[in-house]
Amino acid sequence: MANTLVGTDYVPPDLIEKVTGRARYAEDWRAEGMLFAKQLLSPMPHARVRNIDASAALEMEGVEAVLTADDLAEYMGEAGPLDERSLTNHPKYEGEPVLAVAATSEKIAADAIEKIKVDFEPLPFALDPLDSIAPGGADSLPDGNSIVRERTDTGVETVVKRVEWTAEDLATARGSDGEKGRMPEGVFQDEWTNGDLEKGFADADYIIDEPLFFQSVTHHPMEPRSCMAHWEGDTCHLYPSTQSVAFTLLAGQGTVGVPPQNLVVHSEYTGGGFGSKIVGTSNMAVPVYLAKKTGKPVMHRVTRYEENYIGRARPGFQGWAKIGFKKDGRISAFDWAVIQDNGPYGRQSDMGTSGNMVSLTYQPESMRHRGLSIATNTPPRAPQRAPGGVQMSAMVEPLLDRAADHLGIDRLTIRQINIAKNGAKFGDGEGRNVTTAYVTEAWDRLAEMVDWDDAKARSGQMNGSKVTGVGLASSTYTAGSSGFDGLMLITPEGRLEIHTGIGNLGTHSFSDTARVAADLLDVPWEKVDMVWGDTGKGVPHTCVQAGSQTTHAITRATHAAATDMKTKLQELAAQVHGGSASQYVVAGERVYRRGNRAAGLSLAQAAEKAIEMGGRYDGTELNEGLSPITLGGAAVLKGRGLLAAAKDNYGRAGDVYSWVVAYAEIELDKETGVIELTDYKAVTDCGTVLNPRSLGGQLHGGAVQGFGCAVGQKWVYDPQWGIPFANRFYTARPATILDVPLEMEWDAVNMPDPNNPVGSKGIGEPPMGAGCASLLCAIQDALGQDTVAYLPLMTDHIINQLEGREQDSEFLAAHT
Amino acid sequence: MAVIHDMIPDFELYQPESLDGALEVLDRHRDTAWVLAGGMDTFDWFKDRVKRPEAVVDLGAIPELSGISETDGGIEIGAMTPLTEVVENELVRERYSILAEAAETVATPQIRNQGTLGGNLVQDTRCWYYRAGWPCYRAGGNICYADTPESMNREHCIFDASRCVAVTPSDTAPALIALDAEMVIRGRRGERTVAAEDFFVGPAIDITRMTVLQPNEVLQSVRIPDTWAGADFYFEKVRDRNAWDFPLVNVASAMRVEDGVVQDCRLSVGAVSPVPLRMDRCEELLRGQKISEDIATRIAELGVIGAKPLRHNGYKVPLMRNLIRRAIRGQAPV
Repeated sequence: MANTLVGTDYVPPDLIEKVTGRARYAEDWRAEGMLFAKQLLSPMPHARVRNIDASAALEMEGVEAVLTADDLAEYMGEAGPLDERSLTNHPKYEGEPVLAVAATSEKIAADAIEKIKVDFEPLPFALDPLDSIAPGGADSLPDGNSIVRERTDTGVETVVKRVEWTAEDLATARGSDGEKGRMPEGVFQDEWTNGDLEKGFADADYIIDEPLFFQSVTHHPMEPRSCMAHWEGDTCHLYPSTQSVAFTLLAGQGTVGVPPQNLVVHSEYTGGGFGSKIVGTSNMAVPVYLAKKTGKPVMHRVTRYEENYIGRARPGFQGWAKIGFKKDGRISAFDWAVIQDNGPYGRQSDMGTSGNMVSLTYQPESMRHRGLSIATNTPPRAPQRAPGGVQMSAMVEPLLDRAADHLGIDRLTIRQINIAKNGAKFGDGEGRNVTTAYVTEAWDRLAEMVDWDDAKARSGQMNGSKVTGVGLASSTYTAGSSGFDGLMLITPEGRLEIHTGIGNLGTHSFSDTARVAADLLDVPWEKVDMVWGDTGKGVPHTCVQAGSQTTHAITRATHAAATDMKTKLQELAAQVHGGSASQYVVAGERVYRRGNRAAGLSLAQAAEKAIEMGGRYDGTELNEGLSPITLGGAAVLKGRGLLAAAKDNYGRAGDVYSWVVAYAEIELDKETGVIELTDYKAVTDCGTVLNPRSLGGQLHGGAVQGFGCAVGQKWVYDPQWGIPFANRFYTARPATILDVPLEMEWDAVNMPDPNNPVGSKGIGEPPMGAGCASLLCAIQDALGQDTVAYLPLMTDHIINQLEGREQDSEFLAAHT
Repeated sequence: MAVIHDMIPDFELYQPESLDGALEVLDRHRDTAWVLAGGMDTFDWFKDRVKRPEAVVDLGAIPELSGISETDGGIEIGAMTPLTEVVENELVRERYSILAEAAETVATPQIRNQGTLGGNLVQDTRCWYYRAGWPCYRAGGNICYADTPESMNREHCIFDASRCVAVTPSDTAPALIALDAEMVIRGRRGERTVAAEDFFVGPAIDITRMTVLQPNEVLQSVRIPDTWAGADFYFEKVRDRNAWDFPLVNVASAMRVEDGVVQDCRLSVGAVSPVPLRMDRCEELLRGQKISEDIATRIAELGVIGAKPLRHNGYKVPLMRNLIRRAIRGQAPV
């Protein structure tokens, strides 16, 4: 293996298209006779549609169809009461789409929407989980306030139940009579314990018991979730904004009611998703069935305003942490409890994951995790970049600093003493362990980069009215899965054509992972053609582009297919030139007998030979164990050259996790509450680095998203009407380039994970938590201890703290 | 409230090439007309169909409304002059740097390229209830949704509430008040001028408007006298993030100081009231005083007397106090 490509910067194959504006995102697609769709959104946070009168709209010139939830039920079957569909007669949040109009222009569609009369029956609603579980609190759903998955005799059933806490439990949780809230003992749904928690607290020399708050945050990818669709007979061509191409095909039956064999997914470019577009988007059925109904292509362009509603959000947490520390800083007991603001659909995994992240990150000697998920009449939630992990890091890391200061321990030391190492166990005691964790090495490198002793000395220094604060934080998250397929072809032109079902949402992993094959087969990158973004062109079964799985999973799958390719090249050469396959090497765009470069085949000749021989060489016969998606993809390529398709059967000794440790430095103006981030540095353990430049982009881009979460982004709801206001970019306030230092640094420990053929692990998730938490720690350092337990720390919050004023909102209140 | 968002409805678009032409169209359409400058305030309203004028008069093709020129007594800035031009203009930077500083804090570089000085001054309030199309007092209804016990009013006013609690969002307005600028208004009956501090009207005077401009009038230009050219200036805007954010509070001051003693001064604060406030009581107390931390603190304390915060904006009181203090003594404590 040449190993010249992995670990080096390069120009990804999509870059020219992007910078010249030729790249086609979902709303750039056009088709002859295409119609445009607009939606009518619910004006109420919870309601039932009693009647729809669309007659006036349908009489308008240019209006071609109105699509309702009843139409979707006819096309896709009846939805369950808890299922989310693109349109509904039972809206569960203000802004939920009720119907859609297709017309010859967007303007006509919008005018038509204004002419439609919908009779809504308002229903009770709940915005704040703690309010909902109070005695007599409002329910968000007709049968209760919590979506629960229950085991029954016939399997697992999803039901709605009412959860209610006693007034005493709520008073403990919220605090009363001027006392802060503390760990409550109310009803929880998820619970597990490791070790002897009681003994852990008895062994502790210092105990923190704190209420904590993390707001719900909209994903806000740069590209809204527009989608176009048209039909050719029974085949639906879908042009969504999606994170995962192959999995959008695979999930088609569930998302749009079209099975994979009748679906072609076209998605070459996606402008980010952060977990909100994993297998496409919730609105895809609108253009699909308006196209079905009208017999014409239909484009549904989604605006930023609509994106705020249907674009998914991270669940907020109302939480409590009670942590026991020994004198040396070791955590002897960690009691963790969260109430998750779940939104109206599904059941989010963030709260459960957050417990696992506590366990993994800090390796407490004993631990209890409890979680309660409460449905609210706010936009649907979905995983967002390190779901559960970001919330946990942001809420817990400032507490470590408080403990360190109380115990007289260095803040870096308290993190290192509780650190996870290679093979570290975590979770609920069922024996889960990570593969590698080079966190010690990452901290050592960061301490060197920032000169930690020097940085500590700057803490608290005044510059006029500004005080310097420094913060450290770590964040970890899953970084890979396994068991997927690779698919590639050597063409008679002597080029290596690598097919991928990964989505292209800006991370470059769709092509980074392909470089493993080019290295293994010693093909120059200029001779590699990437085929992506169109399931009609043949894709293998690839993982969802989510949870930082791709880099690890698809380097494995690509390596497996490249190995299959190499074997076939050797076999073909042996058949032409004699001897055994093992006598042949693959290098320099040839396969030849070791020591005799002339006795062999060029790649082009090998492809011609494969076509001539057919069978297992040209894709007529395929390896066992391949997914049906891969078989379908290989069928498209059959007979075009030497084809390799293989499943990743490599072993794996644990769960794959990556880490980021980070340093933030700020100046906080004590008169205005204004925070200026003056320095940010991050070091990662993500195994072998595949693409340094792109890795830097992930480490800093994720951090910027975390900064926004720490100090800027939050929802604001009018509690009386259940209507949100932070629904534009300028009111939602994600961080911008003007909010971060011009120069930020990063590094990687670059230690290979032996569970991957090239040693790689994913990296998309943990940069956000590290950025968010390190900034919070720096703010706490500047403000003084015992101050940070709430996000986002916006200007008003900081001024009130500096002035010793009571906050203007109740501490654990959501969306204020 | 808006049923559909992000789709501009039909209207008649007029693009006159002279101010007289624009005024003729405005006079003809009166209350059903809308004056379009850079569009940065306008298009939100149109896209959400909350404001639905029949006629839109685009001032973009009228040369006499744009540009910065030196006059006998100072400078004159056309209302359609882009904010970026105000920021970069040498005359402004040399003599009235406070205006350049204020304009540079508006929104983003892209918006400042498109947005105009006049637009920044006459823009409507950012109260999110009002802008979402709720039928409040300002929209012709009979309630203020932002002033109920449960309302979300973190960005709203702490002074001068009168049924409506919305604030002025302009960053350039306090600077122009500090500079003692004059607004030149043109109507069909001719030109009239209004002092910057009198240009803005609160809800007690007219709850449906933010300025004295009548429906058939246009802000033609801003005249800045040389009274305060080259004075000691201070401008500061506090916002939640550094791009595309309106002020939580902003402050502007112009002072003539000799031997540390204030000879004369003007001080204005924005985003705490429906109009940019001229802090004349503070000015009066400051004249003749030697600047010190103590004086700055005492006058700043007086400046916030009478503030009546709403449920979620109590922080504005200390923030305003601190900004006045900084405007008097400069950013660094003395």
